Amino acid sequence: MARATAREPVQDPIPIPEKISIQITVNGKATELKVAPWTTLLDALRDRLDLTGTKKGCDHGQCGACTVLVDGRRIVSCLTLAVMKDGAQIVTVEGLAKDGELHPVQQAFIDHDAFQCGYCTPGQICSAVGLLAEGKAKSADEIRELMSGNICRCGAYPNIVAAIQQAMGRS
Amino acid sequence: MINFQYSRATDVADAVQQIAASTSAKFIAGGTNLIDLMKDDVERPTRLIDISRLPLKQVQQTADGGLHIGALVPNSDLAYHPLIEQHYPLVSSAIRAGASQQLRNMASTGGNLLQRTRCAYFYDTATPCNKREPGSGCSALTGAQRMHAILGASEACIAVHPSDLCVTLVALDAKVHVAGPAGARVIPFQDFHRLPGNTPHLDTNLHPHEIITAIELPAQGFAKNYSYLKIRDRLSYAFALVSVAAALELEGGKIKQARLALGGVAHKPWRVHAAEAALQGQVPDGTAFARAADLVLKDAKGYPHNMFKIDLARRATIRTLTQAAKGTPQPPSNKKIM
Ligand SMILES: Cc1cc2nc3c(=O)[nH]c(=O)nc-3n(C[C@H](O)[C@H](O)[C@H](O)COP(=O)(O)OP(=O)(O)OC[C@H]3O[C@@H](n4cnc5c(N)ncnc54)[C@H](O)[C@@H]3O)c2cc1C
Ligand code: SF4
Ligand code: FES
Ligand code: FES
Repeated sequence: MARATAREPVQDPIPIPEKISIQITVNGKATELKVAPWTTLLDALRDRLDLTGTKKGCDHGQCGACTVLVDGRRIVSCLTLAVMKDGAQIVTVEGLAKDGELHPVQQAFIDHDAFQCGYCTPGQICSAVGLLAEGKAKSADEIRELMSGNICRCGAYPNIVAAIQQAMGRS
Repeated sequence: MINFQYSRATDVADAVQQIAASTSAKFIAGGTNLIDLMKDDVERPTRLIDISRLPLKQVQQTADGGLHIGALVPNSDLAYHPLIEQHYPLVSSAIRAGASQQLRNMASTGGNLLQRTRCAYFYDTATPCNKREPGSGCSALTGAQRMHAILGASEACIAVHPSDLCVTLVALDAKVHVAGPAGARVIPFQDFHRLPGNTPHLDTNLHPHEIITAIELPAQGFAKNYSYLKIRDRLSYAFALVSVAAALELEGGKIKQARLALGGVAHKPWRVHAAEAALQGQVPDGTAFARAADLVLKDAKGYPHNMFKIDLARRATIRTLTQAAKGTPQPPSNKKIM
């Protein structure tokens, strides 16, 4: 018993922690950053590296707007501490196009008009790239289920599914 | 979120040593629950000990034909692991019914057990909540209780445990391997989570400073006759109103062994031994399943907003047992209840 409960007054005086130096590769570029322990990967990308393609929707893991690829896997960057990803390879929506050519998923989103306001789109696209790499979704139902972590307030879902189906055929 | 220090654990012993040395440190694995709660000031650790790099990421067969799952195996890797898909599809389908693929990529097996309730008052530091602040009262008793418990609750707390994975682990008789300052021990899954009683601030029987190192599954996985059915307000990416894990071993047209557990109904994953016993030796039909469901809900007690759950749980239990008996489990991506 007597496990410290969440809201007991904090006992130790907490000195302001020193910033921690991390090395990450972002969109192919080796990057060194000094971050506070509480800086999320989302805030580091947007505020420190000026990669504002990745969006902050809910900041609580509930919308998927902040989806990026870490070591090839899609994750939500709002619930990820930057210090914990020291050494990782990170790809954001800015890093998907190669040699001036859009990623097949990006092109498919344009071909299928898979957005309206566009706020959820970078997260949708990164999530779809992750989904293709996983190779688990075959049918439209499976795409819908495995894309359910990306909310689109504009309701572009049918076009998003169609875009992903097109990208599947291509990649 | 308050300021905190950060350090990495180098091995399990170091993790235990580090956490024992601080009055208000916490481990962090995937961070999907802890960071969320820290952002809302519900959890206020002064130090985070990063265990995500510890070598607890293997899924291995045990000598007796079971499975040893490292505490840091991501939920998504576990769901799609060939040994899990083949021998424990109940576990696979429950994981896939929870959260989103992004979150499952981050969430660890051990962290899933220790995720805290989604009761809105627990998250809202402006309201009384015995779980967050013992003795302050329970706002849900007279507030929004649509998601709350119908079994095993107390006047002190009517919250539910939100995990899907845990419902299947209790049904399958899993064990939790932990290590702490006093050494290692093994906790039967059934005894891992607690009922609220008058200590709702304690979710589990894990001692302070203990770390979960692994989950062990016994050999029997009920791969032929099982189903996990999750009923929720949205078709996906939502916590359970009610979920049911059912597993049957059939022989000669009768039930040789049954397992039955429910999620979203109690402060812990709710296994019902009396219903399992009543099913044993019976022909797997609607009559037997209805009797089992009655036993599940014998002592159920609803509140104004969640009264509907009692009937929902009853029907979901019958449906899930029927799916298991027929060998037609609910597929995670099919939104029609079969
Ligand atoms: C939007 C959203 C939707 C979700 N939907 C669902 C759902 O439908 N179904 C479901 O089941 N879950 C759902 N989840 C919850 C998710 O499954 C959990 O947050 C996750 O499993 C926790 O694992 P983690 O590794 O991220 O834990 P963390 O957040 O890292 O840790 C959680 C707690 O466990 C402790 N801890 C972690 N690992 C260990 C260890 N090895 N030993 C000792 N202590 C440890 C930490 O100190 C912390 O207190 C959802 C989460 C979100 C954000
Ligand atoms: S149900 Fe439990 S978690 Fe929710 S307000 Fe009451 S005490 Fe807090
Ligand atoms: S901003 Fe990360 S999931 Fe919404
Ligand atoms: S396009 Fe507007 S939220 Fe998706």
